Amino acid sequence: MPGNIDVQYVARLARIALTPAEEEEFGAQLAHVLGYFEKLNELDVSAIEPTAHAVPLVNVFRPDEVRPSMPNEEALRNAPASANGLFLAPKIVE
Amino acid sequence: MLNELTISQLAGRLARREATASEVLAACLEQIRRVDGEIHAFISYDAADAQAQAGAADKALAAGTTHRQKPLLGIPIAIKDVIAVRGQPLNCGSKILGQFVSPYSATVIEKLKEAGAVVFGRLNMDEFAMGSSTENSAFGVTRNPWDLSRIPGGSSGGSAAAVAASECVAALGSDTGGSIRQPAALCGCVGLKPTYGRVSRYGLVAYASSLDQIGTLTRDVRDAATVLGVISGHDRRDSTSLPQPAPDYAAALEGPVKGLKLGLAKEYGLGGLDPEVGAAMQAAVKQFESLGAEIVEVSLPHTEYAVAAYYIVATAEASANLARFDGVRYGRRVEGADPTELYRKTRGAGFGAEVKRRVILGAYVLSSGYYDAYYLRAQKVRTLIRRDFLNAFETVDAILTPTSPTAAFKLGEKTGDPLQMYLSDIFTISCNLAGICGLSLPCGFTAHPKLPMGLQLLGKPLGEETILKLARAYEQSTPWHKERPRLSGLVI
Repeated sequence: MPGNIDVQYVARLARIALTPAEEEEFGAQLAHVLGYFEKLNELDVSAIEPTAHAVPLVNVFRPDEVRPSMPNEEALRNAPASANGLFLAPKIVE
Repeated sequence: MLNELTISQLAGRLARREATASEVLAACLEQIRRVDGEIHAFISYDAADAQAQAGAADKALAAGTTHRQKPLLGIPIAIKDVIAVRGQPLNCGSKILGQFVSPYSATVIEKLKEAGAVVFGRLNMDEFAMGSSTENSAFGVTRNPWDLSRIPGGSSGGSAAAVAASECVAALGSDTGGSIRQPAALCGCVGLKPTYGRVSRYGLVAYASSLDQIGTLTRDVRDAATVLGVISGHDRRDSTSLPQPAPDYAAALEGPVKGLKLGLAKEYGLGGLDPEVGAAMQAAVKQFESLGAEIVEVSLPHTEYAVAAYYIVATAEASANLARFDGVRYGRRVEGADPTELYRKTRGAGFGAEVKRRVILGAYVLSSGYYDAYYLRAQKVRTLIRRDFLNAFETVDAILTPTSPTAAFKLGEKTGDPLQMYLSDIFTISCNLAGICGLSLPCGFTAHPKLPMGLQLLGKPLGEETILKLARAYEQSTPWHKERPRLSGLVI
């Protein structure tokens, strides 16, 4: 049943490390917020289409043409670690 | 003082050679040095870069460039820390971006500079625009210039406070659920959230992509029209940008208000409204009637569901948008033994409490088993809310509401209770869900302490000209926009 949130589990899904104090605090606060969300169950929405975007624009295309892009050096300027024109990240493959 | 003038007043002074752009900027920088130690509207500013821009504006003026050609020539405009300015820091009020420097400028920045503006400063905000008080910034709180013990509103609290305290002449903000209009109301300035898609979001760091829109914070309605005229229009770099050409907003200000139909939503009178805000609203209704507008009652029956729908849609989109802050390509990194540990540690250390709450909440409402119950249902309720407005706009030209149920609250008053903070957004969030435009302008002051209150005009999709015209007529017939906070006692 909605309303019961396992903060530790969802925080893992969201890739956020929490302290035990944060888990406890957020658990209580988010349960409160989710309880408020139950209000939406008062409405019958079975015949209603969802709105993902308020503006009726579909399939916006641009011309498929070669244009200059950001130089490699600039794209790497904010990287926490880089070498040989690449981002450095921990080893992914065993 | 030059820094206290409006864009239109300054344009006149610059054109008549009664002031230089360098002097205008110097007045703003002097005011920042004088008051910003206490207000803390700015995270940082690059005085040398701004002075170079002002010098270039003075050269252009001397060479005969006019404000008809470049409407913002020599006008200092400060920027919320969520919009990219090439070569300047970009932090979104967060620790997670570290020493990030923008490699390119947002479209709105290119347009401001093309129009001659002196673009400067990084204005404080709730982290990633998540908040209603600017208390969620990793760079410390911003204080309300009218009362330093109170919040300036949020998330564009730095933008509103800087304009109110005359530290800049105008500012850009972003508005996802009221983040321009609510701080404008609480600081006593004019805040405009354009129709979704009216202003390019290229170079705006995304919070909730189906709701986010860049807009203006200014001293008066004419200035809002001037800046909107510069920043709006189609941009092929933003696929949600509307193709319709931008009209002449300044010209629209002069039209008659007589005969326009102004809606009052019967659902907006209920509960939680501060008595002084209610009295100011009633006085504003009378004022609009005396200007010749016709007041019509309308119904927005799904109003009570807007806060819940908004916080589901916004957090869901945020959880996806903020996935990019992972410590790999930019910003801070906390090392880990494997990629997942690196992500978790980086995001645990880099995000503040409210961002963590919203990303977790968003991941939850999108997660398997809960998607239909929360996210899909909220999107359907969003359809109902949008229909409410489109129905109402069949009979009225604009809708009049308070901007915020209360004047500015005390620092710390709501930080422990996120739901109470969310509920204070009741009058502003529907506008973003419906994708329409909205403007807040001053409508009076509370008695003790003296704090500004704001009224909101909500307009049809692309109805900016109508709400600007109504706002201008109201503003010019009332004294509120001429008041400035007393900051003379501040000495650092």
